[in-house]
Parts: sequence; structure tokens; C-alpha cells
Amino acid sequence: MKKVVEASMALALGVKLCRPDVIPMYPITPQTHIVENLSEFINNGDLESEMIDVESEHSAMSAAIGASATGVRAFTATSSQGWALMYEMLPIASGMRLPIVIALANRALSAPINIWNDHSDVMSARDQGLIQLFVESGQEALDTAIMAFKIAENRDVLLPAVVNIDGFSLSHVFEEINEPEQKQVDAFLPKYRPVHFLDINNPKTFGPIGFPDSFMEFKLAQQKAMDKALPIIKKTNSDFKKAFGRSYGNGLIELYKMNDAKQAVLCSGTIAGTARAYVDELRKKGKKAGLIKLKCLRPFPEKELQNAMKGLKSLGVIDRHISLGFKGPLFSEAKTIADSKIKISGFIAGLGGKDVSMKHFANVFSELSKSNPKGGWLL
Amino acid sequence: MTPEKKVEKILGMSKEELFASGHRACAGCGEALTLRHLMKAAGKNSIVVSATGCMEVVSSPYPQTSWEVPWIHVAFETAASVASGIDAALKKQGRRKGINLIALGGDGASFDIGFGAISGALERGHKFTYVCTDNEAYMNTGVQRSGATPLYANTTTSPAGKKIIGKLEPKKPLPLIVASHGIRYVAQVSVANLLDMQNKIKKALNTEGPSFIHAYCPCPVGWRHDSGQAINIARLAIETRVFPLYEIENGILKFSRKIENPVPVLEYLKTQGRFRHLKEDKVAEIQDFVNKRYEFLLGIEGKKCFDVLH
Amino acid sequence: MGKEKKKREKIKFSLGAVIEEPGSTKKYKTGSWRVFRPVLMQDKCIKCGKCWANCPDAAIKQDSKGNFFIDYDYCKGCLICVNECPVKAILKEVEKK
Repeated sequence: MKKVVEASMALALGVKLCRPDVIPMYPITPQTHIVENLSEFINNGDLESEMIDVESEHSAMSAAIGASATGVRAFTATSSQGWALMYEMLPIASGMRLPIVIALANRALSAPINIWNDHSDVMSARDQGLIQLFVESGQEALDTAIMAFKIAENRDVLLPAVVNIDGFSLSHVFEEINEPEQKQVDAFLPKYRPVHFLDINNPKTFGPIGFPDSFMEFKLAQQKAMDKALPIIKKTNSDFKKAFGRSYGNGLIELYKMNDAKQAVLCSGTIAGTARAYVDELRKKGKKAGLIKLKCLRPFPEKELQNAMKGLKSLGVIDRHISLGFKGPLFSEAKTIADSKIKISGFIAGLGGKDVSMKHFANVFSELSKSNPKGGWLL
Repeated sequence: MTPEKKVEKILGMSKEELFASGHRACAGCGEALTLRHLMKAAGKNSIVVSATGCMEVVSSPYPQTSWEVPWIHVAFETAASVASGIDAALKKQGRRKGINLIALGGDGASFDIGFGAISGALERGHKFTYVCTDNEAYMNTGVQRSGATPLYANTTTSPAGKKIIGKLEPKKPLPLIVASHGIRYVAQVSVANLLDMQNKIKKALNTEGPSFIHAYCPCPVGWRHDSGQAINIARLAIETRVFPLYEIENGILKFSRKIENPVPVLEYLKTQGRFRHLKEDKVAEIQDFVNKRYEFLLGIEGKKCFDVLH
Repeated sequence: MGKEKKKREKIKFSLGAVIEEPGSTKKYKTGSWRVFRPVLMQDKCIKCGKCWANCPDAAIKQDSKGNFFIDYDYCKGCLICVNECPVKAILKEVEKK
């Protein structure tokens, strides 16, 4: 069914279609619309779910862990400081192999306190063992929420997943979306079947001490699950296309005019839209420009990126987060895996909600066409 | 030949051991004894959520576990919040009825770091019983002071020094704070009276909405007493009015046993190395504090002092 | 009693470190911790059950005839039972090595 909704609502609709059983929720700008929408669905009887209005984001994630360990589908949403408060629980959810899905309306981390969009929240937690997916539109938010549950609950994965939606820049933007039917989603995403759950008929112990002689093996198992997730994410994306008629690149990255590109930018989230527009302008002028949109940050699609970069002379990586004291994280990771022949430069842009404009991309591409492109801060 | 007599109970208590031997608690641990009896009262149809602490650590060394019931540990401050998620999930699955949901935390986890989560869970009215095993300090990390540490006790972060002689703040009155949330049942229990403990736990488990058990648990290592003295010290704590046994049921406080002629608190303080540094004047202060706190309880006894909101 | 050789069972790495065997600490015999041991004199015992109740390790058990006995596999020698026995039927002895 077609409707015009805010992307927060689109994401909430996607989550609703997945029939989550327990939703702990705590408000924080700019995520709040997501949980408000879900509350309304529940209280109007449109969604059968147990809502827990917790007293902090830390408790939101803890309650989600408790619920997931009981064997049900759990979901929560947050941003920035709330995500930072949940931080302790993120590697715990991952280590306990609980497929909780979290929507993260990306917002800058304080200080100074700033409610606007950048990727400092998600980027600074990329080590914590969660599947990390980005979206660029309301439709992609809805679709990725559904795919996130399917990927997370896959028995070869069983890791929590975070769906990143740019705060305000996307969460509060209205667009026309296509809402799938419940029976379509039920067919695509069956009921969650946990491997282990709290059961008085089969008493198990969750969350024991892992001594040095076993801890590393547990982490290795998580790493292997991440490795397995790469093809599973791609397959989920192609299965989604078969079921709903839509897909996003190959599920890990999306290429735009990369076939013969010589200069390209790599970024995620809504600024990809602006990048695409600028690439079109360059193409009109006969410049061989392209865009690689990163949809999946973890697991990091190393091979896909290497293939996408083949033939490039230079690549500009746009980071919406700075690892203070070093460089942008996406730049660091891309540079590590890229062919040394390609000149890679890192740009810091759009921190704290600063607009990333065509002018900024003009600077980037002009830098990329130099013999020694230098990165920098796009202020 | 006499046929084998099948004894289901001893001293009126279930024989079932749902907290298995082989746990790594110190010899003579008051908390371990409390858990053993908690599980006798709760039975097999229980799900237990533990906060990080002594009891979690000693009972779950991978690949071994002492728990004969489903058990989950997540983090330090999360017993009540994880229990909230489990409560909601069980409801959603339609299997909430007949399962005892127990959240366990030490004093550090309950008085301090997990305080907010407890308050939230109580306010939301989840059906669960929170049991605080109180050994009056962060024992698992080596005897540091918590909000539950009593006045002038020596701990590593409130040491009896030349200038400052131990913890200067009195014990936080957690059961009264919990009762103010309007829950139907709060009780203080002790290893000195295990049958009373089991009865109160059963009452709590059968209460509508949330309930709270505050358990006094001597710690030989942290309190510096002989490993065989836990029960004696717990008895003295009651007799000196330091830790009275009571219930707050539907907002009304009722003593389990009124101590008419209390033993002087010095007799209690003498038994433990953590009070060894105290001189007469400080003992008098502690006696005064214990008297005042008990008088306060006497003052609210029998009256509807707390709203019942759940 | 010589020092028990700790045989660390071959570790299996379960999904998310979930332990599927309840009560498996019973494989670990904490009796090796003892410095002192309680000794129960059956002829003095009045079978009140207090020692059974007050043991933090559930190391005092009751046999099919109703007699209480100490399970030295798990007894840590805390001696709470020695102090709690109303008729002093449990004595404290030094653990022989």
C-alpha cells in the first residue's frame, strides 16, 4: 500500500510488520517518533507487542536482552547519548548471541550537546559485534528493518543488528513509500526460533564467566558468525527483491556509475543522495565519476569494496565521524583493504548536523583529480 | 525390615537442592546459604536473573553452573531491568503464569548501581521478586564500601584511617525506599531464621506485582569473622536491633519478632574485624543510631504509611 | 588426603557460552578446600536437621534411614554445623593431608 510518511514512521511500519514481541522504549531526539509510532500501534491494537517504558536506555537494552533470552523477538530504538548509555550492553547482546534489532537515529555525541545528524554514535561502537546497516530513504528504512531481523535471526549469524537512519536528515523527512502486506512479510520472515531460551523444562545458564581458556574461542565464534553474515546479507537482499520487488545494491554496497569511473567517493547514509547528484553533474561534463554507497559497515565488505574500486585512480572517503587523534574510521578501514595504487583520501564532513552540500562534493572531486589528493575537513 | 521412609521435607523445608554444591563461594558464606534457601522456597518453576557479584561469579564458572533452574546473568546494574524484559516476554508467550521470576542482586548491585533499574521496574509493576543478598560491601571486588555498608565500618575504600575512621554515612534504608514505590510486599530476612526466610520468600512470590526481599548475609572474609560464625552473628544482629526482621505488607509494617530487651550493639560489633578499630565514643554513636532507626520503625508500625499502588 | 588433581574437563564452546547442563558444579569437589573438618557423632545426633539446614554448600545429607551425614566431597570446613548443633554432636578436627 502506498502512503506518504516520515521515515521514522516508515521504519516503525517495517518493524511492526515483523511482529516484535517485546519493545522496551526510551525517548531521545531524534529517534522518539519511532517509539511513539510503535506505542500508538500497540495501544490501538494494531500491534500485539509488550511495550516496556523503561527508565533509561541502559535498561532498554537490558530488558531487550532479557526478552530475547526468553525466546522472543525484541526491538528497541535510540540515538547518540542513549546509544552511548546502552554501550555496556551492546557487546553483551552480541556475546550472548541474541538477535535483537536496534534502530539508531544517528545523532552527534556530546559534548557540546547536539541533536543533529552525524555518525559519531554508530561509528564509535563498530567493534561491539553488531551487524551494522545504513539506509538512505524511508523505503530503505522500512525494508532494511525487515531484512535486519532476518539476517540477525539466521542460525549461522545470531548477532544483534543496528539499522542506522540519519537523525532529522532522514528520520523526519516525508516521502512516498510502499508498505508491504503483512502476509508478504510473514512469508519472508517466519517466527523467531531461538536455539537457547529460558525454559523451566530445560534449565540452562546464560551469561556465565568465560575464563581466559575459553574467552577467545567465544569471540572467534562471533567473528565467524560475522564472516558467515556477509553472504547471508547478500542473499537476504536478493530474496527481498524476489519477495517485494526491491533491493539495495548487493545488500552490502550499492554502486552508482562505477563501471568506468576513475574518481569516486565512498560514503553511507543520506549524503549519498547529494553525492549521486554531483556525480551526475560531473558525468554531464564528461568526467568519469562514481559513487560507492556503503550499506553494510559490519561485517565489513572487504572483497566487494576491493572489486568496486578496481580501475579507480582516486577515491574520496567521506566520514561523518572523526576518530579524534587519528582519522575518519571509514577512511582508515577503506585504506587498509584498498589496492595501494589507488590514491585514497579521507574527508570529515557533516559533523553535528552541518549540511553536506554540492559545494563540498565539488571540493572533494576537485581534490581527487589532483596528482596528490589531500583529504581534510569539509567545514 | 522397616520399609524406607520417604522424607520429603526436613524441618518443614523442601529437600530439593536447586543451588548445587561445588559452587565456589567462600567457606561459611551467608549469601550462598541464603540462595540455597531461596531456591528451596521458590522451587523448580523459577527463572533467576542475577546481577554481577559474588553469587553470580561463584555459581557460573563456564562450563559449570550451580543452577538447576533457568538462570541468566547480564551485567551489574541489570537484574531488575533484565527481569522486566523476561516478564514481558513470558507474558507475550502466554507462559507467565506459574513461573517464579526472581531478580538477584548483592548490595552493590541493589543499593547503588542498579538502584535506578529497581525503581523503574517497581514503578512499572512487573510481576517479579527482587532478592537483595546484602553483605554490606562490594565483596566480590575485595571489600569496598557500598550504600549498604553500615556506619563506621572498615572497608578498603572507607578504611579506618588516622584521620577518617571508616564509612561516615549510615546505611541507606533501601527497604523503606522500595516500600515507598507502593508495592505490596517488602520483607527483611536473615540466615538466623531460615524457616522465616523461606516463608517470606513464598509470600513474596505469591504477591501481586513486584515484591522485595532484603536478606542479611554475613561475610566471613569481608567482615573478618570466623567462617563458622555466620549464624551467630546474624542472630546477634537481630537481638541488638541492628537488623530487625519485619514485613511491610500492603503498606503496613509488622515486626516478625519484637526485640523488647535488646542486647547492646557492642556485643555485635565485637564479633567482626571490620569494627575492631572503634572506640567507646563511636560505639555509643552507633548504638544511638541503631536505637533511633528502630524507634522510627516502631513509630510507623501498624500504620498505613505507604501507599499501595500495585 | 592428598591434593586433588584438578582435571579440567575438555571444554566445549557452546553458542553464546550457554551452559546446558544444570548443576554441573557438582563435578567440582570443593572438599579439597578444607583445613578443618566437622565430624558428626551419630550416637549423639538427635536428627534435628539444623546442620543440614545451615550448610551453605548442601554438604550435609540425609540417607534413606534418616541419618544425617557429611559429604566430604563438598564440605569446605566452615564449621557452621559445629556451632549450630544443639547437642554438640559435631566436632571440629584438623583435616589430615
